[in-house]
Amino acid sequence: MSENVLRIRDLSVNYQTDRGVLEAIRHVNLDIPKGSIVGVVGESGCGKSTLITSIIRQLDDNADIPNGSIEFEKQDLLKLSLDKMRNISGTKLSIIFQDPMSTLNPVLSIGRQMIDIQYRDKISKKRKKQRSIDMLTKVGIPDPRNQLNQYPYELSGGMQQRVSIAMALQAGPSLLIADEPTTALDTTLEVQILKLLKELQEEMGCSILFVSHHLGVIAELCDHVVVMYAGEIVEQGSTYEIFNNPAHPYTVKLLECDPASISKKQNLLPTIPGEIPDLINLSGGCIFKNRCDQSIERCDKVTPILNKFDTHHFVSCHLIES
Amino acid sequence: MSKLLSIKNLRVRFRIKSPLQAMLQKIDDPYIDAVRQVSLDIKQGETFTLVGESGSGKTTLALAVAGLLNATEGQIKFMNEDVTSMTSSQIMAYRKKISFIWQNSIGSLSPRMSVGSLITEGYKIHNLKDRDLKMEADRLLKLVGLPAHISGRYAHQLSGGQARRVGVARAIALKPKLIIADEPTAGLDVSVQGEILNLLNKLKDDLGVSLFVITHNLNIVRHISDKTAVMYLGRFVEQGQTDDIFAKPKHPYTLALLSANLTPYPEASLKNRIELKGEVPSLMDRPNGCEFHTRCPFSSEHCDNEFPPMHVFDGEQILTCHYPLNQN
Repeated sequence: MSENVLRIRDLSVNYQTDRGVLEAIRHVNLDIPKGSIVGVVGESGCGKSTLITSIIRQLDDNADIPNGSIEFEKQDLLKLSLDKMRNISGTKLSIIFQDPMSTLNPVLSIGRQMIDIQYRDKISKKRKKQRSIDMLTKVGIPDPRNQLNQYPYELSGGMQQRVSIAMALQAGPSLLIADEPTTALDTTLEVQILKLLKELQEEMGCSILFVSHHLGVIAELCDHVVVMYAGEIVEQGSTYEIFNNPAHPYTVKLLECDPASISKKQNLLPTIPGEIPDLINLSGGCIFKNRCDQSIERCDKVTPILNKFDTHHFVSCHLIES
Repeated sequence: MSKLLSIKNLRVRFRIKSPLQAMLQKIDDPYIDAVRQVSLDIKQGETFTLVGESGSGKTTLALAVAGLLNATEGQIKFMNEDVTSMTSSQIMAYRKKISFIWQNSIGSLSPRMSVGSLITEGYKIHNLKDRDLKMEADRLLKLVGLPAHISGRYAHQLSGGQARRVGVARAIALKPKLIIADEPTAGLDVSVQGEILNLLNKLKDDLGVSLFVITHNLNIVRHISDKTAVMYLGRFVEQGQTDDIFAKPKHPYTLALLSANLTPYPEASLKNRIELKGEVPSLMDRPNGCEFHTRCPFSSEHCDNEFPPMHVFDGEQILTCHYPLNQN
């Protein structure tokens, strides 16, 4: 396999809360190979957002990272000074957020914002403007020259998201983080944006870390999938393997209960009984044990680790080991 | 089964420019039609689903049905009473028979009221004093599968799924005949979506209510609804039995929506997908001819100029298109 753009090793993030220490993510290992799209999928509270914010170093003040490293282009992001970090984010590393309306500044025109973010480049304003126009053309915005004078509220949701994709890719980043970029969009637009992302990724050769709770979107876009549950990676592997041959009980159940995967009409849809465990005062053992219907005695005592299940498929479950 | 709700040629208009603005900007028609020429029937105990993209008029239609918006033209009949001509006291009585589950589950609950008083608020509003409100609250919480101790909590202490269940409890409190659910699964995790849909299905069977579900999530439609209508720019482009719509969509827009519906099968993405060009046109500037022609992959010159006729297949599947798809 080719080299990795991002290498996360043994990353844990804790939050100090009134009730005690909340272990939001624990011992996460993640690789993003160059030029590939890696999807992180999981339900609310699984630590998706904490993972992203720790990569871009924007964690809240009450968070601390007891152990782990995030290696991006041969340097540990966690050890960089904030100045150096600021130079990486926005150039080598950029991000698209869920809600384009709150990403874009409502009081500045699109053009002004797109030119502003090129402040590092010592070229004339005219060339910066031309670059912005080229970028807007690339993301499929009609009549880009006039669009530069528009304000975000004058654009539809799909167009706003295209603008934020254009801004994120303008500096030619080697890693693009996409945090649920299509959740706020209608299905027909969702398909358009996914196709656009894939085309741009192939054209520009960057890697994408795509975070979503929508299984269909992940299946459509990603090469590799990482399944997270309550702050741990429970399974990871190639998209084909994960969706066709899921091994962890959680992944199996998650795929089963997605209404999209049931094509016959059913009055009673499958669900996952129980709730996500409280991440304060974790008791040890497997994190999924209280909702798993196959749990054995060992699951209560020993925390499983990610084991090789197949060539490109890793699972953290005692049932698989034995 | 008897007809519960029957809508004929409903039109809802909104003024978008004041008379002065319209005069100064020389706009002849300062209105938009959010809902236009909509006709539908819902029978007792039936689930009717409305699908469509944002801005297609789904919520406007629901608000008009609940009497929260005035219809400009057309007729809304609920149990043979005309809703559009009701007086305010009649509307009050009517609202006992119809209830809402709002899209934003936490936002629709008052942050200053406990769950118990939120659930029984309807009884106080409609002056139904003949019961023990605390016991009612416990009974309703049990019906929606929540523990009784939750009645002391406040909206911010609930998870998304719990808040949605409280919304359901509020909706069934007054024993309505029709529940309008606006995006009942929006913002919920997949594993919780199933729980809410199961709950709605169960209540429908147990209490015999009809459901009017608004959604843009096609995946859930198949499992809960009997009839489906597809809305585009305020009009129904296709409506019929849900099974027929899914098995043999006849309007290109329906087909496009179905094919844009992503499924968790990586290999499924390889099959041909009908992709729509561009975005939904503005209601202020409706296209001529067939209103879908600007995005339709099958449109011809004919579609650009002439409004399509209505076709009826098998007595049930109604659609407006010049060239209905032939899928057997």
